[in-house]
Amino acid sequence: MTCLPSQSGKKLGLVIDLDTCVGCQACVTACKEWNTGGHMAPLTDIDPYGGHVDGVWFNRVHSYEHTTEMGGRTVNFPRSCLHCETPACVTVCPTGASYKRASDGIVLIDEDKCIGCKLCSWACPYGAREFDTDVGVMKKCTLCVDRIYNDNLAEEDRVPACVAACPTSARHFGDLGDPQSAVSQLVAERGGVDLMPELGYRPTNKYLPPRAHTTRAASVAAPALEPVRAEGGFLGWVDRMLSN
Amino acid sequence: MHPAFSVVFFTTATGAGYGLLALLGVLGGFQIIPPDFWLGLIGMGLALGLIAAGLLSSTGHLGRPERAWRAFSQWRSSWLSREGVASVLTFIPAGLFGIGWVFFGKTDGWVGIAGLLAACGAAVTVCTTGMIYASLKPIAQWHSRFTLPGYLVFSAMTGSLLLNALLQGFALGSKILLVASVLLTLLGWGWKLATWRYNDRLEIPTTANTATGLAGGTVRSLEWPHTEENYLLKEMGFRIARKHSARLRQITQLLTFALPGLLLAVTVALPRPFAAALSLLAAIVQFAGVLVERWLFFAEAKHTVTLYYGR
Repeated sequence: MTCLPSQSGKKLGLVIDLDTCVGCQACVTACKEWNTGGHMAPLTDIDPYGGHVDGVWFNRVHSYEHTTEMGGRTVNFPRSCLHCETPACVTVCPTGASYKRASDGIVLIDEDKCIGCKLCSWACPYGAREFDTDVGVMKKCTLCVDRIYNDNLAEEDRVPACVAACPTSARHFGDLGDPQSAVSQLVAERGGVDLMPELGYRPTNKYLPPRAHTTRAASVAAPALEPVRAEGGFLGWVDRMLSN
Repeated sequence: MHPAFSVVFFTTATGAGYGLLALLGVLGGFQIIPPDFWLGLIGMGLALGLIAAGLLSSTGHLGRPERAWRAFSQWRSSWLSREGVASVLTFIPAGLFGIGWVFFGKTDGWVGIAGLLAACGAAVTVCTTGMIYASLKPIAQWHSRFTLPGYLVFSAMTGSLLLNALLQGFALGSKILLVASVLLTLLGWGWKLATWRYNDRLEIPTTANTATGLAGGTVRSLEWPHTEENYLLKEMGFRIARKHSARLRQITQLLTFALPGLLLAVTVALPRPFAAALSLLAAIVQFAGVLVERWLFFAEAKHTVTLYYGR
């Protein structure tokens, strides 16, 4: 049923640190590698070695230039499903293929029920869903539902592939419904924000804004060179002769 | 938004078909138009034919059309599912009404009731179509109070022009229907102009700042995550040049409103065969005009995902 379930209170999701993300795309490739063999497999690539490459990805990293009165900086911005609390992508689904799990809040697609009407991708403001033209169904991030509960993996590996791959620990996984969890504490401490809060989708995933510019840091640029005072004597004579 | 022809044709054809069905159901049900065999056959055939063609066209938009039956299940939450249910349910009274009119030669009693039910079903189905678009928050041009009434007005307008042409052809033309057709065309024109005016002045609160969570200052897209257009840009990143948009708005106004209105006005002074021919021409020209209008409805709609791409 595409009506939203009453929630258990558990809200699994990601916290993404825009301060430390270096835009290396490791999470993008790790996601593709895991998920092309995972729950929503395959993540089809169309014409991968040709001139019009296309394909399904659950996670894409943009780069932006953020300029304020404090100065400018480059911000790398990973974009994936936010597993919203009121996901319109689920309620618009006419077949019941899209659903939000009551047990942990993960938004998933039942590929066998999807008719490929694409309405869910229109209803998602974040561009989290991508249509697989080869299979004819919609695909999206599963929060690696086939990793995080997988008893065959070592416990430290039971996190989404993107989180496991991140070399700067810019991605954190946990229960955002529990205010005592590490991710909730991190969001509280760093002032994590929702994307497009004005649309009212209430995303579970949070983004930590880049830390404020500081004046304490060492000045990188050397002070400007000062003109040398003309000296007298022999060296002054040499300087005058060479300057002519 | 990418204007897929299957969807553009779908809303145009079903809009006109349901408009015609509603008018036939009401006017037939109340015995305002006679239960003539050929009028019933052609009129109901045209209405149900347009609806069926539109619905079939919409399945062309699906990735897995063989599973389309599943779309009837989620009517509790989904406007698309409600549209599917309403369209199929409407076929029941519409079919009974058509059978009663064409094969039993009557439009009173149970046939009349079926006609009125079909008219209600047609109105409800057009509402559900409008709500599919009006309920989508990421597309501000659709998520507005203009969308649903627009679909209803356009359906009534195209339906009335079809019925007017039909009745003119059967020498049953009435001045009241003619005047109503012209007035609905003018109403449609006014509504479309008001919609465009509203959309052109729209101040959307969602910006690149709120999309990325980066407060203050400017957020400029430096680099996309991919070098070629992906699904998101192909489906939702459709852009139309302002000069093309302006020209297409002129074409919409000419074909949908000005020309059909003028043709209908001229028919008042003409003898029957000519009046019927011009009435038919007016309906056909308007249908073509609404196709352009629906194309623009998609092409001019901007989805919030384009903000991530600096558009």
